[in-house]
Amino acid sequence: MTATVTETERRTEAAQTGAGQAERTARLARVLLPLAFGVLALIAWDLIVRINDIPHYILPGPLLVIETLIADWHTLYPSLLVTIQITLMALAVAVAGGVTLAILFTQSKWIELSFFPYAVILQVTPIVAIAPLILIYVDSTHAALLICAWIVAFFPILSNTTLGLNSADHNLINLFQLYGASRWQLLWHLRLPAAMPYFLGGLKIAGGLALIGAIVAEFAAGTAGTESGLAYRILEAGYRLNIPRMFASLILISLTGIVIFLFFTFLSHMVLRKWHESAMKREN
Amino acid sequence: MLQVPANSGDAVAGGRPLVTLRHVDKTFSNGTVALKDLNLTVGEHEFISLLGPSGCGKSTALRLMAGLGDVTGGRIDWHGSGGGAAADREIGFVFQEPTLMPWATVFKNVYLPLRLAGISKADAAPRVAEAVAMVGLNGFENAYPRELSGGMKMRVSIARALVTKPRVLLMDEPFAALDEITRFKLNNDLLDLWKDQSWTVIFVTHSVYESVYLSNRIVVMAARPGRVVAEMDVDAPYPRHEDYRTSPTYNDHCRAVSEQLHRAMEAGGA
Ligand SMILES: Nc1ncnc2c1ncn2[C@@H]1O[C@H](COP(=O)(O)OP(=O)(O)OP(=O)(O)O)[C@@H](O)[C@H]1O
Ligand SMILES: [Mg+2]
Repeated sequence: MTATVTETERRTEAAQTGAGQAERTARLARVLLPLAFGVLALIAWDLIVRINDIPHYILPGPLLVIETLIADWHTLYPSLLVTIQITLMALAVAVAGGVTLAILFTQSKWIELSFFPYAVILQVTPIVAIAPLILIYVDSTHAALLICAWIVAFFPILSNTTLGLNSADHNLINLFQLYGASRWQLLWHLRLPAAMPYFLGGLKIAGGLALIGAIVAEFAAGTAGTESGLAYRILEAGYRLNIPRMFASLILISLTGIVIFLFFTFLSHMVLRKWHESAMKREN
Repeated sequence: MLQVPANSGDAVAGGRPLVTLRHVDKTFSNGTVALKDLNLTVGEHEFISLLGPSGCGKSTALRLMAGLGDVTGGRIDWHGSGGGAAADREIGFVFQEPTLMPWATVFKNVYLPLRLAGISKADAAPRVAEAVAMVGLNGFENAYPRELSGGMKMRVSIARALVTKPRVLLMDEPFAALDEITRFKLNNDLLDLWKDQSWTVIFVTHSVYESVYLSNRIVVMAARPGRVVAEMDVDAPYPRHEDYRTSPTYNDHCRAVSEQLHRAMEAGGA
């Protein structure tokens, strides 16, 4: 009897370590595979530039780009900060505005009917097309850039949160009604938690879009702006045919986007890991 | 066993009428006629079972009684101090599905009705613990619904209905997902509570045996359209215990109810 038990135990243990190993391999592969591909691509890039003797004002090699990044850090770093600041502020305003409006939508059909079409119009109009207008009408370039970044970041927050607030389980809503819950209680204890996964999904999209909005608006502002974000550095470097610096700025923009995405992915995972399908560890 | 003809209106076994359904119709917006001319009176302190084939409108009738959704014809009246008992927190409702908040632990799910009534967590804790213990889930207070089995989720849902000590308990196939042992135990617990607290229980089930074991009156429904086709009193005395399950009276009742159910299914064109 005891012998059988230990035998079974041993087998379960073996199965567990087997599963653990497979999981570790998978996790390692997720990091190593893209890394290996990236390194290969960089080597290929470097080789192409070297073998064909491409001049650096047409295509600089990766090492030169890194060198420029370090050498020009004193000009690029303040620009990076400006771009990040505009992106984050626009995102914050988009979150506050989007969530508030979404809540108002669920509280009153009339508000939703009146405002939603305009939110859609705002979303479908290309930002490049309205950025020049905004730059004309708004005195401060900083404020204009902020508005442009906000416009593109706002809609995914609004539409996702609205969808989430409306997707609370119908029977749970009935249950709240049975217990005489107030509107506020229904919102706080049921609708908002139910909307959380949708909101976080919207936030992930909006984070990237806010960055794009900020960059696009800065391009539209051109060299006229007193603000000097990363897009301004790209324009400036383009005029001077300083291609390595263009690449260096581009790398900083991409890195910012990646960091924003990773941060919100992590946030979403931390908030949802206890209960939502998307963030749960599966054991079968 | 006493057989009362269907649509008898005011026949009540257990004291004063508590809720009356008169000529209730329910047609859904997609055109489905879920209930047609449903008549039923539930007396105070009754344990009444709604029994019928799938799709005959048991859940619909129960929800209407709780005030969830409007009738499209006829009326539903609650009598006595309860007034509109649905709104004044005297109703406990167990949905056919567990209907738990996935983001909340077992404790928070069971605490919900008290929380909505403005009772502090500290004051509620012993009552929640009592309700959780009643359904045998001690030690699972901090588990999330996804970590529970189907039957355990259903028991959380039952604990949530019990935690307010409601005067009227409306239950929609609460034990359908449970194993027989647990079901029998909860059957007995429910009967004890019903006796002790002098509750009224309206119980939906598709099990003939369960309805005969628990209730003092069985309402058999037929489908398409949903209506009452027979009402039968189960005159076996309470308290009923496990030995009742093997008694000849129990067998007779089961046979008679099965017969009615068969007839109902034929009538419903199932
Ligand atoms: N929200 C709804 N919209 C449209 N039709 C509905 C809706 N809810 C129920 N029905 C219909 O009403 C009828 C009765 O449904 P109900 O859920 O009351 O049956 P039931 O007796 O509880 O069945 P079961 O034993 O399978 O739970 C069914 O034909 C169903 O299709
Ligand atoms: Mg049902």
